[in-house]
Amino acid sequence: MASSVISSSPFVCKSSSSLKKDLGFSSFTKSSQISIHRCQKKSISRKIVSVMAPQKDRSPGTTGSVKTGMTMTEKILARAAEKSLVVPGDNIWVNVDVLMTHDVCGPGAFGIFKREFGEKAKVWDPEKIVVIPDHYIFTTDKRANRNVDIMREHCKEQNIKYFYDITDLGNFKANPDYKGVCHVALAQEGHCRPGEVLVGTDSHTCTAGAFGQFATGIGNTDAGFVLGTGKILLKVPPTMRFILDGEMPSFLQAKDLILQIIGEISVAGATYKTMEFSGTTIESLSMEERMTLCNMVVEAGGKNGVIPPDATTFDYVENRTSVPFEPVYSDGNASFVADYRIDVSKLEPVVAKPHSPDNRALARECKDVKIDRVYIGSCTGGKTEDFMAAAKLFHAAGRKVKVPTFLVPATQKVWMDVYALPVPGTGGKTCAQIFEEAGCDTPTSPSCGACLGGPADTYARLNEPQVCVSTTNRNFPGRMGHKEGQIYLASPFTAAASALTGHVADPREFLQ
Amino acid sequence: MATSLQFLNPTLFKSLAPSNKTSSSLSPSPLFRLNSTSTAFNFRPLTSSSSSSSAAIITRAAASSSGSGESLTRETFHGLCFVLKDNIDTDQIIPAEYTTLIPSVPEDREKLGSFALCGLPEFYNDRFVVPGEMKSKYSVIIGGDNFGCGSSREHAPVCLGAAGAKAVVAESYARIFFRNSVATGEIYPLESEVRICDECKTGDVVTVEHKEDGSSLLINHTTRKEYKLKPLGDAGPVIDEGGIFAYSRKAGMIPAASSA
Repeated sequence: MASSVISSSPFVCKSSSSLKKDLGFSSFTKSSQISIHRCQKKSISRKIVSVMAPQKDRSPGTTGSVKTGMTMTEKILARAAEKSLVVPGDNIWVNVDVLMTHDVCGPGAFGIFKREFGEKAKVWDPEKIVVIPDHYIFTTDKRANRNVDIMREHCKEQNIKYFYDITDLGNFKANPDYKGVCHVALAQEGHCRPGEVLVGTDSHTCTAGAFGQFATGIGNTDAGFVLGTGKILLKVPPTMRFILDGEMPSFLQAKDLILQIIGEISVAGATYKTMEFSGTTIESLSMEERMTLCNMVVEAGGKNGVIPPDATTFDYVENRTSVPFEPVYSDGNASFVADYRIDVSKLEPVVAKPHSPDNRALARECKDVKIDRVYIGSCTGGKTEDFMAAAKLFHAAGRKVKVPTFLVPATQKVWMDVYALPVPGTGGKTCAQIFEEAGCDTPTSPSCGACLGGPADTYARLNEPQVCVSTTNRNFPGRMGHKEGQIYLASPFTAAASALTGHVADPREFLQ
Repeated sequence: MATSLQFLNPTLFKSLAPSNKTSSSLSPSPLFRLNSTSTAFNFRPLTSSSSSSSAAIITRAAASSSGSGESLTRETFHGLCFVLKDNIDTDQIIPAEYTTLIPSVPEDREKLGSFALCGLPEFYNDRFVVPGEMKSKYSVIIGGDNFGCGSSREHAPVCLGAAGAKAVVAESYARIFFRNSVATGEIYPLESEVRICDECKTGDVVTVEHKEDGSSLLINHTTRKEYKLKPLGDAGPVIDEGGIFAYSRKAGMIPAASSA
């Protein structure tokens, strides 16, 4: 069933050592064959050409070994396991570059670490652990508050370098270290780097795959193990490839793309597999949009998502960290367990109806669904560009929302952008101004908020069986609080449009 | 490859010599590929664990002693089953609001058990744990496809184990839930070959029996039907041992826990 036709330009960039990282040479394979990869956007040939034939004129003796092509994920894992070759199904011990945890799972992970390695044990590397309180922060729930305190104790004791602490719950701005939603904070603080291995105690850790790294969610026990050893046992996943081509319509966003794909392959369609996204459309996406795409890989059951890093990636990363990195790319002769080609120009805005992320429907076909509220937030849809998009639509519409519209910026930085950055095409207005004019709720303190319900006093929690259009990632029964709540997952454009009509709405009503 | 991991972290306690125990006449083959559909772990030349092949299912040791590496005995067990359908996500297994409880704290773990499966919608008439009680009367959970999808929060398999469930028998699993079940040793994630959830009803009396070849059998005494279950493969011994730590410890990959 695997299609091994590779449609990539057999374009090989010249390298110089100072520009090595721009050109993405993978340096660990012994063979002298250069991996086919994508170079800077401008120089890529957009023609689809057929696969480059294996080099027949070289006998195995001259290359040293029969060269087996590997996918990006296989290469990242092989390198992290200090092996020259891995194949899907191999179980290998992998070196972890970054371990992330938050307030909900951190205490449990450290609890296990201490229980198993001893009360006086030290973590394997206090600079490779990032602790980001984000889930249940702005609440009076004592257990939730206690969890942040527990993390503070652990971080102090272990000298953890990166602990984005919060002590003043009444005013998030009074906390200089506090960031907010872990997956967005990881990216913004420069912890996501191409070619690395990142594990986190949260299913949406896969978001970081947007940076061309291996990133996946793990439980407390695995995290406890990593805390002590810096290693994790992983089974190498096979890769499903999704090639998205075509110009992105102006009303379409990365959220529509991933909902489209999940609707196609189902919530278990990528179980145990890597989802690799490439193609001209992907290359045109910003980092935040790529993050949205990879964020919901777990909703298809995927182990991790990856996007080949390019100039967009390097620009973003180099502005946030000086830690060196080495990107890798799938070989021309790598094997993929599935190949999907998507012509993005033909797609329309979609939603995921209750109660499953794969319950896909066209937004325009749901316009009879009356809604009670709209929620814009979370690692999936609460980033700066997500708010910019919603603001752009509100401004274009020039109307007020018909239902309560809750805005939860993912991080402090996003919150500041919402209040400071001018929205293009609006004569210099900020998102915050536009939201106010449209009658939305005031943007609230940054955190995961009601995406996953949370303690009863969580802002915007679904405490009644209402219908909500949300830019979040899951809509199983009870996800945002009430078991009978009905959640329609949507892009920021679609969410904003729905807020204006009081029904599920196609953003083209306001954007064309 | 079986180098002890404490070399990577010198602050870990003194190393143990790799275990030389061979506690049974069976030695697992030194290197074997996993059945990719059902298992997630493969440990290389390890001493044979307590996995005797004359098997039945393990009785879960008390929570406070998990990870101590003690040998667990296997036995066939009988009990009532609780039947669920497809895509039971982690928020239905344990609503997110309860995840402020810390699974590694024994009192919290007990409480998690009392909330197990309370997130199920009204469609399910029966309560897995009767409100006010701490444990469930059901020993086996039967599910459909993609059991445990959603979050990576370990509270999900932990609460099921804490409530007293011994095994889940589902058509297929979401990978993080499966992995967490194996890592914690809380519950056996068994895979059926057919869609058992359509043929069983909550309250049916079932037996889960392990066979010599590593596979297991689910017998429904109420309907008089038997179902072959897929072998756990490499994941089995890890769960038998009590999870990844106990297993790694036995293999000499990490030192014993010490509170000195």
